Amino acid sequence: MKVGIIQFPGTNCEYDTQHAFAALGCETQILWHKEESIPSDMDLVVAAGGFSYGDYLRSGAIAKMSPIMKALKVYAENGGKVLGICNGFQVLTETGLLPGALKRNEGLHFISRHHHLKVVNNDNDFLRHCAVDQVVNIPIAHHDGNFYIDAAGLNELYANNQVLLKYTDGAGNIDNPNGSVDSIAGICNKSKNVFGLMPHPERAMEALLGSDDGRAMLEGFINA
Amino acid sequence: MKAIVNVFLKNGVLDSQGKAVQHALSGHGFDSVKDVRVGKQIIIEMNESDAALAKEKVAHMCEELLANTVIEDYEIEIQA
Repeated sequence: MKVGIIQFPGTNCEYDTQHAFAALGCETQILWHKEESIPSDMDLVVAAGGFSYGDYLRSGAIAKMSPIMKALKVYAENGGKVLGICNGFQVLTETGLLPGALKRNEGLHFISRHHHLKVVNNDNDFLRHCAVDQVVNIPIAHHDGNFYIDAAGLNELYANNQVLLKYTDGAGNIDNPNGSVDSIAGICNKSKNVFGLMPHPERAMEALLGSDDGRAMLEGFINA
Repeated sequence: MKAIVNVFLKNGVLDSQGKAVQHALSGHGFDSVKDVRVGKQIIIEMNESDAALAKEKVAHMCEELLANTVIEDYEIEIQA
């Protein structure tokens, strides 16, 4: 299993992501944003968290113009698996690989803390090791995590089982930290090979550091 | 030639920053404030003498990068 991790200027979670997948036994490779192709031996490409291009203009907006994003589009269109975490999720929506957009948090604050999430759908590679309605504890750290999609788009997400995770409390009741439509924290595309979420599963790999609930999520990509 | 691009959240998409500014103004006694919207203004100097062509190019820039049309609308003004 080989995982490529995209690095833009301002990305800052690439090494955490590398560490997380290495801990699961994967081979990893950092992919600089100027690369014009995705190496053919990649089983998964991760757009990691951070502040690509300082979040100038809009989070993820300038990153989408990088050469590697053209290659990533082709890779995804050919069925390649892609995971966008936090800023990576913003980049994937800006690029159009995932529907919707991420707006400024409703309360305008940057939120950095552990948050509970409920698994909504698990018929996909990412969450196949989690149970539907299972509550996981995963850190969030974002300023622009307020997921927006119009009513028609939302219906389509539900109809195709593309809603993956919702923000809840520890008991699984909706608890929306940032104003996201229907408290949505993560989604996938229609063909279920492109995934995006604002929370950071790669920061939940060790029980000693608060939670290891991210392991089962990332493990879903292995031997999928 | 200069292009002035105004980018705002679409009607119906909650403008949290606008609401915060509105509350702050109301809280400071500016009773006549009914609504506030916060947007961005992008000013582009161009090597272009044809206003219609300039506007077309800037519209393309808006669609590609300057606005996220999922949540934002844009207006373009061309100045000589």
